[in-house]
This record gives sequence, C-alpha cells and structure tokens, in this order.
Amino acid sequence: MCLAIPARIVELRSDDLAVVDLAGVKKEISLALVDNVVVGDYVIVHVGYALNKLDPEEAAKTLALFAELGQLDAPSAVH
Amino acid sequence: MKYIDEFRDGEVARGLAEAIRREANPERRYHFMEFCGGHTHAISRYGVSDLLPDNVKMIHGPGCPVCVLPIGRVDQAIRLALENGVTLCTYGDCLRVPASDSLSLLKAKARGGDIRMVYSSADAVALAQKNPDKQVVFFAIGFETTTPPTAVAIKQAATLGLKNFSVLCCHVLTPSAISSILESPEVRQWGTVPLDGFIGPAHVSTIIGSRPYEFFAEEYRKPVVIAGFEPLDVMQAIRMLIRQVNEGRAEVENEFSRAVDRDGNKKAQQLVAEVFEMRKNFEWRGLNILPYSALRIRSQFAEFDAEKRFPLDYQPVPDHKACECGAILRGVKRPQDCKLFGTVCTPENPIGSCMVSSEGACAAHYTYGRYKDV
Ligand code: SF4
Repeated sequence: MCLAIPARIVELRSDDLAVVDLAGVKKEISLALVDNVVVGDYVIVHVGYALNKLDPEEAAKTLALFAELGQLDAPSAVH
Repeated sequence: MKYIDEFRDGEVARGLAEAIRREANPERRYHFMEFCGGHTHAISRYGVSDLLPDNVKMIHGPGCPVCVLPIGRVDQAIRLALENGVTLCTYGDCLRVPASDSLSLLKAKARGGDIRMVYSSADAVALAQKNPDKQVVFFAIGFETTTPPTAVAIKQAATLGLKNFSVLCCHVLTPSAISSILESPEVRQWGTVPLDGFIGPAHVSTIIGSRPYEFFAEEYRKPVVIAGFEPLDVMQAIRMLIRQVNEGRAEVENEFSRAVDRDGNKKAQQLVAEVFEMRKNFEWRGLNILPYSALRIRSQFAEFDAEKRFPLDYQPVPDHKACECGAILRGVKRPQDCKLFGTVCTPENPIGSCMVSSEGACAAHYTYGRYKDV
C-alpha cells in the first residue's frame, strides 16, 4: 500500500498533470503536491500523485557509499 | 529501473552484510523495529534477516495502513454500499480486509454493492463528475502518504461544486503509532519490547520530513534512521543504527536523503492542514484507541464528509480471540507464535489484519519466510 516508485517525467500537461515513464509504461500523474518540476526530473509516485522530487546528487552519494563498501568487503564475503 | 535496481545489487548487499557483521558487537544483542510495511516486505522478500548476524534482530512494526484499519471502519464502508446505495471507491488493498459477518468489500460487491477499485483519489472525483445522479464516496485510508492526495480531491470537489462526492476519512498519523508502541499499557502487560532503535518510514517521511522523529530520539533515547524501501537502503540503515547504539547515541539520521529532508513537503503539509484536523480518538486495529492519532475533515468541508452526510455511527468490533496481531504489531510476539498462523489464517483467508496485505508481518512471513523455521 505504501509502495511508491521513482519515475521520470517525460511530458508536462495542463492542470498540474504530467506523464511519467515507468520502465516503458507511460502513465499520467498529478503534480498538485510538488513545485518546479521539469521534464527529465525523477519524482516519487504514489497513488497517482508525485509526492516529491528525487535528488540525483543525494542518490549518487548514497550509491558511492555502497560502492566503496562493495569494493572493500565483497572479496572477503565472497571467498 | 533507474533508482531501483542499483539499490538491489546482490554484491553490494554482501559487502554491507560484512560491514554489519564487523560492526555489531558480539557481546550484545540488537533489536530494531522497522515501522513501515514496505520495509517488512523488503526484509522478507530479499531475505535481509538471513544476511544479518544472529545477535541483530528485526521486529515488524504496525506501519501497514491496511493492517491497522479496524473492522468497524470497513463495516461502515460496506454499509454505505449495501444500505445507502452509494458508489464506494477505494484503493485495491482495502478490498479483501475481513470485516464483520464474514464480509469484506469484495464479498459485499458480489452481493450487489457498487464497489469500485480506484488507483487514485482523482479517479473517485472523476467518477462523481460523470455520474451526477449517484452518491460517490471515497473510502480514504492510509498514513501521511495518501492523505495529501485525499486533500487535493476534496478541494477539487469543492472547486467543482460537486454535490454527490464525499470522503469516509480514515487517515492515520505515524508519529502517534510510534508513541503508542513505546508507552502503551499493553507493553507493560505483555512485557517490555526490547527495542534499541527504529527504521523510520520512507515515503511518509517524504511528506512530513525527518523532524517529527527528533522527539523520539530525545524523549525516549531511541535512535531513528529513515531508510528507503530497497534492500540496500534497509541494510545501510541497520548498519547506521548499530553504529549509534555502539556509540551510545540516539539521533535521527537519514539514509534516504535522495527523497527526504528535515522539513518534508511543505506544500503537501499545508494542503493537509487546510482540509483536515486532528481527531481526539481513533481506533487502530491491533493497537486499540489511540488519542490524537488520526484526522477528520474540517467543518468548512463538512459537505464532503461522508460521516456527516450519511447516518454512520461507529461500532468497534473486537479481533478474533486467538489472533495475536496486537502483540505482533508491538513487536512482543512473532507471526509463528500465533496458533492460527498458516493453518486457519492464510493470505487467502486472513483472520487478522497482519495477514491481509503483503506488507503485514504475518503475510510477509507466510509468503517468504515460513519454511525457514521448520
Ligand atoms: S496469523 Fe492471522 S490470526 Fe494469527 S496473528 Fe497473524 S493475522 Fe492474526
């Protein structure tokens, strides 16, 4: 029920509506809860609404942290 | 998919597991509760518990909106459809929740009730617009993630001047549920839950921000780490919690910084404040009546309030006597401790709330973890 997914905005429409691409499936969602969204932004979509924007820089930071761990620890974990 | 697959990488998961193993002090035990059903689901589905050392245990909390919806509320929705002849719209997850007289919304539909599954609150408004001769009621449930969309729908109906749209509002608040877990009398009755920290909600926090949890960290000395719903997010959060416990800290940290900040979505918060106000009391399934734990529609929007428009008194209905949901939702017992688990109570025929949605502790354990204990 609470599951919401990151999706990319591919088109802006009137009345606070937009189209997102979800692994090739296009879906119309509402932007009534978020401001300043442009095409190419990722938003977290839940029950047809964008809850807020996803920050690509923060995502990259989290992934970099994981990658570092993977490199340091994976060999000892695998062998 | 971008921003999903990268957070499910198996190699990185092994690296994280190793890091957790290294950091967890073998001399002590760690008990963390994940509040959200989304986390429960991720932990069961990706076998996160198997990657953790034996002294790190996850406890499944009450954070699934379908699981905490009391029977009496579903009864109200069913009555609206069967006795008041309304078109009742709701999210798909609500349809199978067991209600009184062996009914559910799905079974009420089979009896002729006009019950429709909608994907979004906006669909319910559109349905009312298209059918001016029918009363359309949106059965609105959920935590802080689904509340802003309901607020938007009510404002939209007001702008359109709809006379045939109303909302049965059952929206509940996350922080109150966490308080009740920490200080309810039942905890005393069942014994204390050995909780060393919380994994904080993911999408709820995109709306309310991380600030509301600061109270728990300070007042109850419990660390909180807000985490995304992917398995790597959960593992990293566990690692951050272990670190806080080891260092004797109790702070709010944010693993899900790609979507959550301290303040949350102010636009959504403002919309919610405009349309809703606190209820003094609200019954939660498995957690009893919790003060100031839910929302109702403000009087300015009374004409869109189904509880005002229709004769709907609330009748509390007790859970099945043998069902242990109450203890499970508070982390005192595990699904396999319930006599009904997997025999009388299954996802096809749920007796208690924890078995209803795939995010419930019993259903998650039934689907993904059942054979591990055999
Ligand atoms: S197995 Fe069923 S009856 Fe038992 S606690 Fe879980 S939901 Fe309740």
